[in-house]
Amino acid sequence: MTVLSRGFRRGRSDRADDRLPPGQYDVGDAFPVLSAGPTPQTRLERWDFSVHDQTDELRRWTWDEFRALPREAVSVDIHCVTTWSKFDTRWEGVSLDTLLGDVPGTTRYILAASDGGYTTNLPLDEVTAGRAWLVDTYEGQPLAPEHGGPARLLVPHLYFWKSAKWVRRLTLLPYDEPGFWETFGYHNHGDPWREERYSGD
Amino acid sequence: MTDPTGTVDITASRRLDGNAAAGMLAELFAVDVTTARSRCASCGTTSMLGAHHLYADAPALVLRCPSCTDVVLRYAIREGRILLDLRGAQLLAVLLPAASNESNGA
Repeated sequence: MTVLSRGFRRGRSDRADDRLPPGQYDVGDAFPVLSAGPTPQTRLERWDFSVHDQTDELRRWTWDEFRALPREAVSVDIHCVTTWSKFDTRWEGVSLDTLLGDVPGTTRYILAASDGGYTTNLPLDEVTAGRAWLVDTYEGQPLAPEHGGPARLLVPHLYFWKSAKWVRRLTLLPYDEPGFWETFGYHNHGDPWREERYSGD
Repeated sequence: MTDPTGTVDITASRRLDGNAAAGMLAELFAVDVTTARSRCASCGTTSMLGAHHLYADAPALVLRCPSCTDVVLRYAIREGRILLDLRGAQLLAVLLPAASNESNGA
């Protein structure tokens, strides 16, 4: 499959070799949807996004408040653990640096929680310094529900299961709390360049 | 299934019923568990596994409660191992096959 898709895209294959992590193939224009549950249908007037510590809500935005935050446009390659990669995906949203602000000094990890019950865990220092966003726009259009709209995490340097769809809450934690796939044998960290797919890798 | 913006939910159209998990689950269970009754750890509803909602696109089979949609069972075969997570099933009641020489392997 890798050979075929690269053959059809010979013009970009040299670049693809550099940008394709081990064990991945270029999915081209496709954007597969791998869902472990029903697609949540949260109306924008009921949507909010919040940051919590272990006991309290620290920050909260309604949809309109979120949309008024400073925005960034990013173009990144994304890598799914099921072996497809997609180059030059264009997103718009708000940096997690903006959303997290000054976190308590004890914070080491965050746990992202989504509508539908999905969770994923991330080290704090991997989602700050311009490495992660909460995005609501894909290729200039509102992010479609099947791709995580109205808003999802974008953490492109890790496998895409870390970029939680339909995310609503970040909890700041002094310890690591494995999420939905991390508790089912997937790697706790998920770096595609080190091929951290499963817990034994 | 249509959301308020009028787009089609392609995930809902690919949802299967739990009977479709029978083949893979047969790798592990000696009996057909799709006829087993499972009590959801989240909402307490009891229903046949075969009547649960199965999402088979994800990196594992994910079986959800038909009543509250919470995860009941996750199952995958990966790198020579079977992985089974039953934390969402509070009680699994499996009907034994009728005793016979064949089922005893004699």
